[in-house]
Amino acid sequence: MSKRTFSIGGVHPHDNKISRECALEQLPLAPKVYIQLSQHIGAPAKPVVAVGDKVKVGQPIAEPGGFVSAFIHSSVSGTVKAIGPVKDLAGNSQMCVEIEVEGDEWADGIDTTPTLVTEIPADNKAIIEKIRLGGVVGLGGATFPTHVKLSPPPGSTCERVIINGCECEPYLTSDFRTLLEKGEQVVVGAAILRQVMGNVPCTIAIEENKPEAIAHIREVIARLGYQGIEVMSMKMRYPQGGEKQLIDAVMRRQVGSGALPISVGAVVQNVATALAVYEAVQKNKPVVDNSVTVTGECFPRQANLIVRVGTPLKYIIDYLGGVPADAVKVISGGPMMGRAVANLDAPTLKGTSALLFLTEKQTKRAPASACIRCGKCADACPMGLEPFLLNRLAKASDMEALENNAVQDCIECGCCLYSCPANIPLLDNIRIAKGQVLGAIRARAAAAQAKK
Amino acid sequence: MSTLTVSPSPHIHSKDSTRSLMLDVVIALIPAVICSFVFYGWREILLMAVSVCSCVVLEWAITKYMLGKSSTIGDLSAVVTGILLALNLPYSTPVWVVFIGAVVAIAVAKMTFGGLGQNIWNPALVGRVFLLVSFPGYMTTWGAPQGVVDAVSGPTPLGAIQEGLAQGASVSEIMATRGYDYSQILFANLGGSAGEVCALALLAGFVYLCVRKVIKPWITLSIFATVALTSLVFWGINPERFTDPAFNLLTGGLVLGACFMATDYVTSPMSVWGGVVFGVGIGFLTMMIRYFGSYPEGVSFAILIMNSLVPLINMAFKQKKFGRK
Repeated sequence: MSKRTFSIGGVHPHDNKISRECALEQLPLAPKVYIQLSQHIGAPAKPVVAVGDKVKVGQPIAEPGGFVSAFIHSSVSGTVKAIGPVKDLAGNSQMCVEIEVEGDEWADGIDTTPTLVTEIPADNKAIIEKIRLGGVVGLGGATFPTHVKLSPPPGSTCERVIINGCECEPYLTSDFRTLLEKGEQVVVGAAILRQVMGNVPCTIAIEENKPEAIAHIREVIARLGYQGIEVMSMKMRYPQGGEKQLIDAVMRRQVGSGALPISVGAVVQNVATALAVYEAVQKNKPVVDNSVTVTGECFPRQANLIVRVGTPLKYIIDYLGGVPADAVKVISGGPMMGRAVANLDAPTLKGTSALLFLTEKQTKRAPASACIRCGKCADACPMGLEPFLLNRLAKASDMEALENNAVQDCIECGCCLYSCPANIPLLDNIRIAKGQVLGAIRARAAAAQAKK
Repeated sequence: MSTLTVSPSPHIHSKDSTRSLMLDVVIALIPAVICSFVFYGWREILLMAVSVCSCVVLEWAITKYMLGKSSTIGDLSAVVTGILLALNLPYSTPVWVVFIGAVVAIAVAKMTFGGLGQNIWNPALVGRVFLLVSFPGYMTTWGAPQGVVDAVSGPTPLGAIQEGLAQGASVSEIMATRGYDYSQILFANLGGSAGEVCALALLAGFVYLCVRKVIKPWITLSIFATVALTSLVFWGINPERFTDPAFNLLTGGLVLGACFMATDYVTSPMSVWGGVVFGVGIGFLTMMIRYFGSYPEGVSFAILIMNSLVPLINMAFKQKKFGRK
């Protein structure tokens, strides 16, 4: 069994997969959902329904607002009550379609039976169109529209499809449960993806802390008889699930600064995305739900829930017994890269992977002290950067030096801040500087474009 | 739950803190401290106490009364400096001399530069070298041991060799007269400063630090390798004029310096290859000073010289960035 991993940096936080034994369960429907029109990277979707319209589950309620954009579907059946701003988890206003739930009637043509469909349509163009119509986006966190990723620019060729089943963030178990309970669907999804990319080989990468999933997926591949799909057992290391890191680990190729994975012949899709591809292509089911891990040591009722998109976070939490008294932080996503929730009334998005509750003891940052030049941040940085230096340059606002030292390559994985013994808020400062440098780079590119 | 905390990611932190790392260094030094007590007795413990207390109190007083900042002694770095300074001194050093060493180490070498993380040179070594230059008498006199074990008194092996060579004797004659053999050195039976006497105790601490991932072994190993290779070449050319590799690895402050002084975070390079270059430089300079210098021992000077080059080494040896040439 090969134990592959990426070549630079990384950390080993305790994986804390305390919800790993919790089987996927369906969350009962909330009385109201708030479906955000911008749930993906790119232009927000444009609503195609009006207040008062009756909608069914899986019916499109918004269409793409550009090439890099995605369809949004109703996740429930009921009546559109409002289209307007609703506060998201950070408290910022986002355009949402508010739907009052009435029953659970699915749109025509959607196959809601559990029957596994293994026969893959031959027409790749039609498959990509189905993925587009299904509103499939990268569910691993980046929410990049999948049909765009599957249509590489002319001149570039894909050599391998990688299915990301690393789930390297501590606590998260939704991908693990999906692999165990919907392994067949994920494998068919992987088969579809490799066919679309030109019958290239496909690697399903799973970290070794999930041996049951590795064994199960191997068994499924053998049982379904698909050729060209392999499972790779990965050494446990964060951030293995980072796209660039995973390509490095699987293919031993490094995607250049600012370049796309396709430049080294790779297309990476998350396990949940592979499932969504299966559902969109084989069952005509658009992305209307996704699995969400609800966990934390202080949270008594661990769960891996299948949640309709747009369900208020508070509804999920209350269903499981409410926010524990000793929790001070609710995180959407994992503890390394997730976002702290400021507004529990915010709805879930397609990319919502977890709700994590942390106590003050677990999450309180110790006061920062002097840098002791131990170099742990540089050792931990998976991009080979020098966070201590970037931090210093960021404080001095030295934009030129920041760019020369590749601040724009930072993937914000948090390894530097995680490992700093002096608790210096490295990533906080670097993140701000990165935004400024990226802005300057874009402005320069725009100016160069204007001159032509 | 009444209010939610909102802050940027990451939301968790490793268990490492400056204090925990320094505590590991203190733990790693315990075998050497015990050894020095076994060989030199209570007086060694007295020196250790004076050195540690002076360092801690000085740092506290300077941060509080001169810099007007909150105290930093909780990070335990002053404790480490205190122990290392004491291990670098002969057990017969007068208490007031130890105190002067602590003043130079903490006040001059550390706090003047802005405290932990800002100093260019290893504070304990600056203290030691200052004393060596200012009080050569105290620093090279080795009185009769008072410890539990019967240790040899007199000059250090390196001192004896240099003295003997100056009087025209050959290395083998000196070794024979002194009755040195290597098991003695490994298990500590030859004269020297407290930290020089037991290589095994120091190496145990070094292994502990590597296992705990407090330090990486490359600096230390490249020092050892360079000392071994350099002395192999010279000894191969003329064994009567130059001491052999085993003797050079085990005597003097080499093990203490390579394991605990050269690996100081603040004053050593960050990258693996930078560390190797740093270590090779220390090893080579040490051997040049030992063979051709006027001091019998060169580790302290070698480390301080290489400390000065760390900013340059850090700039020259950077980790390769992901996906970049």
